[in-house]
Amino acid sequence: MSDHKTMTLTLIVWRQKNANDSGKFETYTAKDITEHHSFLEMLDVVNEDLINAGKEPIVFDHDCREGICGMCSQVVNGMPHGGQERTTLCQLHMRKFKDGDTIYIEPWRARAFPIVKDLVVDRSALDTIIQAGGYTSCHTGGVPDANTIMIPKPIAEEATDAAECIGCGACVAGCPNSAAMLFTGAKVSQLALLPQGRPEAAQRVTNMLQAMKDCGFGNCTNHYECQAACPKGIDVKFIARMNREYLKALFA
Amino acid sequence: MQILTSSVGRKILMAITGQLMVLFVVVHLLGNSSIYIGADGINAYAKHLHDLGPLVWVFRLAMLSLLSVHVLFGIQLTLENSAASPQAYAVKNYRKATFASDNMIWTGLLILVFLVYHLMQFTARVTPDIVQGVDTAGRYDVFTMVLTSFQKGGIAFIYVAAMVVLFLHLSHGIQSFFQTVGWNNDKTLPVITKLAKVVAVVFLVGYSSIPVFILTGILSK
Ligand code: HEM
Ligand code: SF4
Ligand code: FES
Repeated sequence: MSDHKTMTLTLIVWRQKNANDSGKFETYTAKDITEHHSFLEMLDVVNEDLINAGKEPIVFDHDCREGICGMCSQVVNGMPHGGQERTTLCQLHMRKFKDGDTIYIEPWRARAFPIVKDLVVDRSALDTIIQAGGYTSCHTGGVPDANTIMIPKPIAEEATDAAECIGCGACVAGCPNSAAMLFTGAKVSQLALLPQGRPEAAQRVTNMLQAMKDCGFGNCTNHYECQAACPKGIDVKFIARMNREYLKALFA
Repeated sequence: MQILTSSVGRKILMAITGQLMVLFVVVHLLGNSSIYIGADGINAYAKHLHDLGPLVWVFRLAMLSLLSVHVLFGIQLTLENSAASPQAYAVKNYRKATFASDNMIWTGLLILVFLVYHLMQFTARVTPDIVQGVDTAGRYDVFTMVLTSFQKGGIAFIYVAAMVVLFLHLSHGIQSFFQTVGWNNDKTLPVITKLAKVVAVVFLVGYSSIPVFILTGILSK
């Protein structure tokens, strides 16, 4: 091992047994943390200490740990994913912190995301929104030849930008209204931009927005906190596009 | 009617009614600046308006409908939004939200209170400070009425304070309109945001100048 200095940090972590528990903050000390630890690895270290001491480890969501799956989900010092631009929490490294720092760790907080345990929330409401229209109906069977439908490059790129959304829900967590407009806007735009998505565009935007409301998400007031929170840098222009799609659907 | 219940539909109605009221705010500022021409300016302007007869009432009812739609949906959406986020974060670090965007419901309600006062004062003319009379041309003397009221420091202060509140509401509201109705993208957003702030500042300076100039004696008979 090299002579890396280690950090000692104070963590103030939300602990909640289950959805019905009222939950509270607990304070822990994270010792022997190097700048190379990712944020989740830092929690792994803390959890090992907790397990060795016979205590319940902190429960949190994670899967790929390489910034693509959208599972990691914690609000760190008041910012979803810790606040580093275009970075999921699993890709946030401890070099962003200093020895002696105090770090607040909270779950995504929104009525539509009930807490399962500690830092894990149930994000199936986002699936409900997708089920309401985040698809295109097409025939199965032989794979169509590539480029049978020509799509101009700028359009294809814009659709791909919208499709970068990994469904993590940070936009909801960052939104003062717990709205899911960036997520829904990205999904609506991604399909509305492409010819394959046009036939169902009107019913898609109407139904997905209805599902968003029924799931208990709030309404957009254009604070734009979602874009700042999004690890994929999804632009709020996709919310404007969804609003245009909504108006088109209204007069369709 | 889906537009009356959906999330974006109600937002769009709020945005359109809000922006139509902004148009009124523009026209009202232009009308008010006739006070700088003196008694002949504003008294003539007021007479022209009143000579419109029943049209005045059509206009008032239209404004009342705009305001009602805007306020009712504003309150409803705000209540839904707080219900959607029942538990606050212990630590919350805003990066984009502003004081103005975060307090739309409060600046809105304060505007509503001011509006009631303002209408009681210069439209219904029932507040104690009001002096009523006619000018040499036999027109209702709006100039003297406004001058007398704004020479009282407390009243001038209320008006300037109300314009600060309106400035806050519109510094977020005007650009919010373009996003809500979808007339926006990543290139236009920064431009619209800046221009909207400039417009809000013009309202603040333009409207406030009248009570300030009267109180300081720069504008007098
Ligand atoms: C002179 C009167 C007013 C004008 C010109 C005005 C203008 C506007 C505009 C242009 C918007 C942005 C629309 C959008 O995109 O959502 C807005 C939003 C809003 N207004 Fe007003 N408004 C006025 C009075 C009021 C009043 C009396 C209330 C009281 C409830 C109010 C409450 C709100 C709320 C809650 C929002 C939503 C905030 C948001 O979407 O960011 N407004 N207003
Ligand atoms: S829009 Fe961004 S923040 Fe929201 S769910 Fe998708 S990736 Fe996450
Ligand atoms: S764990 Fe997969 S994105 Fe963070």
